[in-house]
Amino acid sequence: MAQDTTRTRPPVTDWSTDWDHLDPNWRDNPYPIWDDLREKCPIAHTKRFLGAYLPTSYAAVKAIAYDTKSFSSRRVVVREVRPEPPMPSPPISSDPPHHKPAKQLLLPPFTPDEMKKLEPRARAICNELIDKFIADGRCDAAQMYTRHIPVRVIAHMLDVPESDGDQFIQWIHEILELGITNDEILMKAVHEMSMYFAGYVEARTRKPGDDLISRIIMARQDGKPLPPQEVLGMIRLLLIAGIDTTWSAIGSSLWHLAKTPSDRQRLIDEPKLMPTAIEEFLRAYAPVTMAREVVQDTVIEGCPIKAGNMVLLSFPAANRDPAMFPEANKVIIDRQENRHSAFGLGIHRCVGSNLARLEMTVAIEEWLKRIPEFRLDPAIPVTWSEGTVRGPRQLPFIFG
Amino acid sequence: MTGGKVVRVRVDPEKCQGHNRCKALAPALFELDEYGNSKEIGDGIVPEDQLEAAYLARANCPEMAVEIIEE
Repeated sequence: MAQDTTRTRPPVTDWSTDWDHLDPNWRDNPYPIWDDLREKCPIAHTKRFLGAYLPTSYAAVKAIAYDTKSFSSRRVVVREVRPEPPMPSPPISSDPPHHKPAKQLLLPPFTPDEMKKLEPRARAICNELIDKFIADGRCDAAQMYTRHIPVRVIAHMLDVPESDGDQFIQWIHEILELGITNDEILMKAVHEMSMYFAGYVEARTRKPGDDLISRIIMARQDGKPLPPQEVLGMIRLLLIAGIDTTWSAIGSSLWHLAKTPSDRQRLIDEPKLMPTAIEEFLRAYAPVTMAREVVQDTVIEGCPIKAGNMVLLSFPAANRDPAMFPEANKVIIDRQENRHSAFGLGIHRCVGSNLARLEMTVAIEEWLKRIPEFRLDPAIPVTWSEGTVRGPRQLPFIFG
Repeated sequence: MTGGKVVRVRVDPEKCQGHNRCKALAPALFELDEYGNSKEIGDGIVPEDQLEAAYLARANCPEMAVEIIEE
């Protein structure tokens, strides 16, 4: 969603010394910017955002992700402000040795076997959404389809009303997009989310069920339950991390299929290609860019890195590096070798990666079953989100 | 056994981060623990009809945690 703030930002004149991921050129098509930087200056810098680096090669992104001593996760978003202390939301904001115990609390509910239990409900959600617009012969797939799938699935996992999904989406928008430049909006959204979930946490502490909130309440770290603030922090994190991200990944995949009829037909004729196609969509259209804070001086790929700066850790740029992926800018739905970094590299690998894959697979399969023929509506523009999660926010399709 | 050679797979537990790519591509060769981290099944010996799956598992591990040992 475009914001007024971006229009007043000074335009970028040199991407290697003055990059800005809120620039409209980046928002609309970042790939040529990254390709150019990767050739000329694989670790760019900007004085904006109080100082930040931008690695664009796979090797540099990987080296930074693995070096948890020099690069802290205490801040995971590049913003215009750096309030002290940063708001902890373990495990995403944790460094070793605190990271592992926090992450191990969250991993068991997200294994592939656990995700399989969600599949029937996820398929039903997709079909309920399609039922609402299929007769119209057209839709905005970002607003009427992709945005509702992850939020309803996670509401189902948390056992809260799926109809509260629109409220969740609003909070996430305020935190992930508006919050980059407006701390007040961010804090208000965090507070409202906490108030909303506090009632559920209290009720399920008294009478636990088998939902995800209860599982976090029942989890034990060193034999002790988590303090209520940490339980709330983990629930907030699950929502923030699990909604815009997969909404974006599903949307970009459908956008690709709308403009590439040959891939669409191939997936319909050869449904066995779905797993490699999903991985390729994740590589080519990876939605998530993370961040790190440099906490000690170091050298990455020959480039001196100074403490006190942030790093915009662009997994999407790493995924387009031709040194790692032959024909990196081409979407090859049966690509055989694909070590993409869409879910991160190293200890902070996305907890919800199995959930994201399930949602993407189900959303695309159900769509192709019901609407095998569709294309972009040339009369209405596709628009993209800005900030750290990239995906279509207006996706006008015509069916047939 | 393949042409007299024994081929084994092994997951380096220090490198594995639970991306689940090997399990998805070669379910007969890998198993997951309660946290979703992977380990080779049994002694990791790869039957001939699983060789392709084993190499695919290695080629798709983002952490380079899957090893193939030819003895």
